[in-house]
Amino acid sequence: MSVEERVKQIIVDQLGVDANEVVPEAAFIEDLGADSLDLTELIMAMEEEFKVQIGDTDAQKLLKVKDVYKYIADHSA
Amino acid sequence: MSGFVATALVTGGSRGIGRAVARTLAGEGFQVYLTYVSKAAEAAAVVAEIEAAGGKARAFALDVSRAEAVEAFFREEIKEKVLLSVLVNNAGITRDGLILRMKDEDWDSVLDTDLRGPFVCLREASKIMVRQRRGRIVNVVSVVGQMGNAGQANYSAAKAGLIGLTKSAAKELAGRDITVNAVAPGFIETDMTGGLSEEVRKAYQDQIPLRRLGSAQDVAEAVAFLASDKAAYITGQVLAVNGGMYC
Repeated sequence: MSVEERVKQIIVDQLGVDANEVVPEAAFIEDLGADSLDLTELIMAMEEEFKVQIGDTDAQKLLKVKDVYKYIADHSA
Repeated sequence: MSGFVATALVTGGSRGIGRAVARTLAGEGFQVYLTYVSKAAEAAAVVAEIEAAGGKARAFALDVSRAEAVEAFFREEIKEKVLLSVLVNNAGITRDGLILRMKDEDWDSVLDTDLRGPFVCLREASKIMVRQRRGRIVNVVSVVGQMGNAGQANYSAAKAGLIGLTKSAAKELAGRDITVNAVAPGFIETDMTGGLSEEVRKAYQDQIPLRRLGSAQDVAEAVAFLASDKAAYITGQVLAVNGGMYC
């Protein structure tokens, strides 16, 4: 699986949304119905999957699916 | 996780209130994991007692004031190994003394064990319970955290802090069907109060409308209730078990 596919799968699992809703422009809160606890869980799942540490300042900027794609692409080994 | 047996983790389970809580929760059908710091024989005796009654229990040496040890314990013994249904933050210590003479280390050690310890356990348990979409957390606080007590500035501050933690955690975790409540024992017959002089005991007793010190079992029943499905709609509360001495 590509990085984007793995990220997408985590989002689908964590938020219980349909895979075709997870488009790059989708915003977690407005479009995918996430709350703050969902976002925190999502960040923790990404950290676990990609072995990265996502700081709070960075985490706050991950508002849309594409933000996560970019963050993981830039930061994972 | 559904194939795993429902487990209740009770910190400080080798004696006193923790022991009564461990036995009572085992009687309710939970597998009980209890922790102790130095009383290995007592902890083993509680496990043996639970097993003799047909229950399941294990004892673990764990100092809750050491965050890395708590994290390692959750990683190695809890996560993906058991269904963590209940956390009872019971472990606590006292280092009594008047404020004028209280040393920084007496303040720090009580705050580390009685407030930071429960926080770290609650945090680690939350990570698991949030995924499970269910959980019960019960923090054992104290009447002195509500009304203050001369000679216990550190202990009462830690317990009052734990009440605040209870209420905040209840709000944060409610969306995942995790309830967080506190039980506030009054004066209870345990090792912690066993060292009191007859005079002090009498003075305590005179303040209690029900005219006796409580038993560890009195407290355990309240904890077991809040840990049960019967208490599903109760969260962020402090249940006082104090014979009516403070409301």
